[in-house]
Amino acid sequence: MIKEEHPLKKVCIICAKGTIEDVYASLVMANGAVMEGIETKIFFTFFGLDALTKKFMNKLKTGTVGNPAMRMPGGLPFPTLLGTIPGVEAGVSAMMRSQMEKLDIPPVSEFLEMIEAGGGEIYACKLAMDMFKLKESDLYDGVKGILTIGEFYERCGGLQTQIIFT
Amino acid sequence: MSQKVIAGITVDVNEEGYMTDPFQWTKEIAMEIAKGEDIELTDMHLAVCEFLRDKQEQDESITIRSVGNSGITDIKGFYKLFPGAPMKKAAKIAGIPKPASCV
Repeated sequence: MIKEEHPLKKVCIICAKGTIEDVYASLVMANGAVMEGIETKIFFTFFGLDALTKKFMNKLKTGTVGNPAMRMPGGLPFPTLLGTIPGVEAGVSAMMRSQMEKLDIPPVSEFLEMIEAGGGEIYACKLAMDMFKLKESDLYDGVKGILTIGEFYERCGGLQTQIIFT
Repeated sequence: MSQKVIAGITVDVNEEGYMTDPFQWTKEIAMEIAKGEDIELTDMHLAVCEFLRDKQEQDESITIRSVGNSGITDIKGFYKLFPGAPMKKAAKIAGIPKPASCV
């Protein structure tokens, strides 16, 4: 039997969390799709909206409590209690950002611009905007629209399309 | 690894058509590969190719961001020059391996 290959034509990504790693996972997947010539749309909802909020977008943090995969430099375990000390979260987050910068991974705002430059589309969730009392003016300028989930789905149709939730 | 005749020159290529020996590359080869990708090469295209070849030679990571900061073109322009999958197409035309970077 011949296995038929159907390359991806469209990728729709939903980002619902606002930690550095969750947002970057979405951004890397979105940018990667754009770079492959795949039509790309990202929908930010709930805490993921921090990635689009001018005030917070370049100051995202990584959670330092309750993450068993988090380790000290050198590989020793990172005790959850240590993560509760003021300043630790900021320090760890700054370190994550500097490590990413070394790999030429840009800050969130620049990453979104790269995605847009390649034709990717960025959307914010209307429900979450209402919930967090956010206005359009609070958001980064490149946001293409504030949509209900139904309106987002309308843009996710077509064969060889995948919706990815992070 | 296999060989292929491009623009009258026999070059080493991998199974995806990327050249494996950057020293075999010439502008004529670039023109020929570009034609296969439906791209008419301009000086701007070639400047991007030279930039990528330099990066490759210096063993620096090749990212779309670095092209955007190269001073040759911005990222939007890069997508216009090599429509569809710019990094892969540009690398193929520049005669360097397929970039192994996710960004």
